[in-house]
Parts: sequence; structure tokens; C-alpha cells
Amino acid sequence: MAGALIAARCWISCSSVRGFVRLLLAFWSIAFAAFFVPAHADPVYPELAGRVTDDAGLLTLKEKADIEKDLASLEETSTDQLAVVTVKSLQGYSIEDYGIGLARKWGIGQKGKDNGILLIVAPNDHKVRIEVGRRLEPFMTDTMSALIIQNAILPKFRRGDYADGIKDGVRDIKAVLLGDADEVKQRAAGARSPENDPTAMIHLVIFFLIVAFIVWVNYRNAQAMRSGVPGARRRPGGIVFIPGGSGDWGGSGGWSGGGDSGGGWSGGGGDFGGGGASGGW
Amino acid sequence: MIVRPFIVRPIAFLAVIVAALSMAGCGINTIPSYEQQAKAAWSEVLNQYKRRSDLIPNLVETVKGFADQEKSVLTEVTKAREQTTNIQLPPDILTNPDAMKRFQDAQATLSGALGRLMAVVERYPDIKSGQNFLALQSELAGTENRIAIARRDYIKAVQAYNTEITTFPGRLWKMALYPQAKEMATFDITPEEQKVPKVDFGKP
Repeated sequence: MAGALIAARCWISCSSVRGFVRLLLAFWSIAFAAFFVPAHADPVYPELAGRVTDDAGLLTLKEKADIEKDLASLEETSTDQLAVVTVKSLQGYSIEDYGIGLARKWGIGQKGKDNGILLIVAPNDHKVRIEVGRRLEPFMTDTMSALIIQNAILPKFRRGDYADGIKDGVRDIKAVLLGDADEVKQRAAGARSPENDPTAMIHLVIFFLIVAFIVWVNYRNAQAMRSGVPGARRRPGGIVFIPGGSGDWGGSGGWSGGGDSGGGWSGGGGDFGGGGASGGW
Repeated sequence: MIVRPFIVRPIAFLAVIVAALSMAGCGINTIPSYEQQAKAAWSEVLNQYKRRSDLIPNLVETVKGFADQEKSVLTEVTKAREQTTNIQLPPDILTNPDAMKRFQDAQATLSGALGRLMAVVERYPDIKSGQNFLALQSELAGTENRIAIARRDYIKAVQAYNTEITTFPGRLWKMALYPQAKEMATFDITPEEQKVPKVDFGKP
């Protein structure tokens, strides 16, 4: 409305250049304002603070450290990343919607292996969920997740004993993930460090081939010029073109799991597809 | 003059490489890659619907064992499932809104029938407490959740693709190189579909 009014007024004074500029500005500001109105709001997620993100403040420092140690040892054995988060509020979303959004935002689990699990506790909404990364779904089935929630977590939560519920939940998830030793070994071996990733090697070879080719062309060019061949007049010398921007050179998505305490730990970009189970009390 | 071709050809060759790479930077590949992403998202949708379809015979058997008198709702589920498996998906389903609607309607009917079945089961504590049913229930709940996410991902992918081919500069690339690119159909949630009672499978 206001925009139309301004536009109409400007239309009258449009004979001057200044009026035209003002008209342009008016339209631009309307377009700009429309652009910044969010299409649909996403919930506000807590920042990842480590393997245990206790946003709702359910755990003492000691309990938190104990659980973190447990989670770190799991990652050492099988490379699976398990993270625990407690949230103050689901902000009106279902725990399934909230869970998938948070799990994908944090990217728990390694890229390509999608071996992350997120245990989400929302004490004020009385909801809990185990969100399972895509490739762990065959091991941590929905049924298994539901059983852990029903049998290990909820009885303690109903008594208000959050720390024990979380601890037992973590213990059982670990037991499931580490249950089949051979399988675990295979999964851990599947973890490929960037150094021996064959595709990275191929990229490197191609890169060097291109560089070598450019050097060779420049060399031929310089030689031809020196020998005074009429065809090779002054050309702008070293056209060194460096392919960039594909963002693929730095090795695979880099997961930092090394730290044994929360500090500096982060997910590696694992994907989630909605596996897992929820429960309420 | 003998040397000249040696100089000119590599430079021309290099120019082609440079041109190709810089064109990749300005969006020549955007339409095909968005198309592939949307297709992958669609496969995931089908995959998850298939997963649900595979769970149903087991579920029906389990409920039948306890409550044979609830035949009508069981047949309803079986029939709705048959419809979804019988439906022929034309190869151009993604760009064919009618076919998409038919597929979607069949799946929505099945969702409704399943919702009613789960509501009926509430009346039978024997079924509810059975281990077999607990497992099926959690698998079904997880599958419904996966379907919702796969659908959402597909809608997002299609949105990106459709926006790309209808806006600048994607429009120009479409005109020049991908004239066959067509807007894809997405799921629209009709008001009737929204009225289908949503049963919370998550609660035991």
C-alpha cells in the first residue's frame, strides 16, 4: 500500500532523474523487505557444545563428563558418533520434526558413513527420541530404539531421574552398536582417512596433469618466441589457470572426533533419514 | 610455420578447458544436477512407501490372529495396499501432475486405512502388549516418519529445480541447452488429505 503510494507520487515527479531514482529505491526496498520475510520459520536449535549438549541443565558436571567418556570410547571402537542433547523446549514442533532438523544441522556421524545417533531429551515436553543416522538403521532398528526408550530410559525419566535414564540409554545404545564384534570391525575399517581415499588421489593426479600441461604450453611458447618464429609473436606470457572452487580438494568432509572431552568435538556431516523411535512420559 | 600448430593447438585446447570450467562456475550444470537431486529424492520417497507396503502383510496377520472380528478394517488396509502396488507409475511421473496425483491419492487412502487400523487396535490390549506387535508398531511409526521426511526432501528438491528452470539465469540455460527440462510435480496436501485423522504411532 505504502509502496504503491510512493510509486504513484514518484510517477508524477518522474520527469526529474531524482524522482526516477526515488521510484527505483521504493521498489527495491519493497522487494528487499519481501525477500527477508522468512517463508516458514524453523525452530531455534541449541549450539553443539560437544558430545553432550545439556541445554536444559539436567546433568551435573561429573555426570556429563562420565557420559562424554562413554561416548568417546564408543567412537574409538566403532567410529560411530553418538551425541546426547537435552533441550529446554521443542518450540511447538513434534520431537520427530525437531529431531531430524537438529540431527541434520549438527551432522552427527561421518560424511558418507552416516553413522551418527542423537539422543534427544526434552524434559519440559516430556518427550525423548533416538534419531538414527541412515547407515546405522539396519543395526539400530526402530524396534530396538523403541525398546531402549521403553525399557531403559522412560522408567527412570518417570521418576525424574534424568541422569540415570540418559546413562542407561547410552549404555544400551552402545551395547547394540557394539553387539556384533565382526560387524563393528568391518564398520570401523570402512572409515577412510583422507590420505588413502582413492578419489582424492585421482583428483590430485588430474590436478598435476593440468599443471604439467600448462607448464609445458608455456615452455613451448617461450621456446618458440626465443627461436623467433614469426607465428609466435608476443603473447601474454604465463597464463596460469588454477582450477578452484570445486571445493573437493581438501579431502573428505573432515570429522574431528579426536578430542576426548567435549571441547572442539563436532559432527562430520552424517545424514539422517528419519530412522529411530520416540517416546513420551 | 612448422612450430605454429604446436603452439596454437594446445592453447585452443586450454581455452576450451578454461571455458568449460568457467561455464560450470556460472551455472551450466545447475539444471542437470538439480534434476538428478530431485530424482534421487523421488527414489527415496518410493523406497519408503515400499517399506511401508512391505510391513503391512505382517501387521495384518498379527492383528488377524487376535481380532478376526475386525475384518472390515483389515480388508480395507489390504485393499488400499493392493491399490498402491497395482498403480502403474508412468516413466514421466515426475513431470506429470495427474499421475502424481493418482499415486498420491492411493498412498493417502492407505495412510487413512492404516490410521483406522491402529485406532481399532487400541481396543485390544492383548494385541497391544504382544512383542510382535510392539516391533511392528515401532517399525511402522519409523516408516511413517521416514515417508514424511522423504516427501519433504523431495518437495525441497523439486522447488529448487523448478525455481532454477523458471528464473534467470537458469531460464537462459534451459532455452539454450535443456529445452526438454519441464517443471516437476510436487505433493500438494489437499484439504481433504489434511482431514485424515492423524494417529500418533509413536505412543504405545
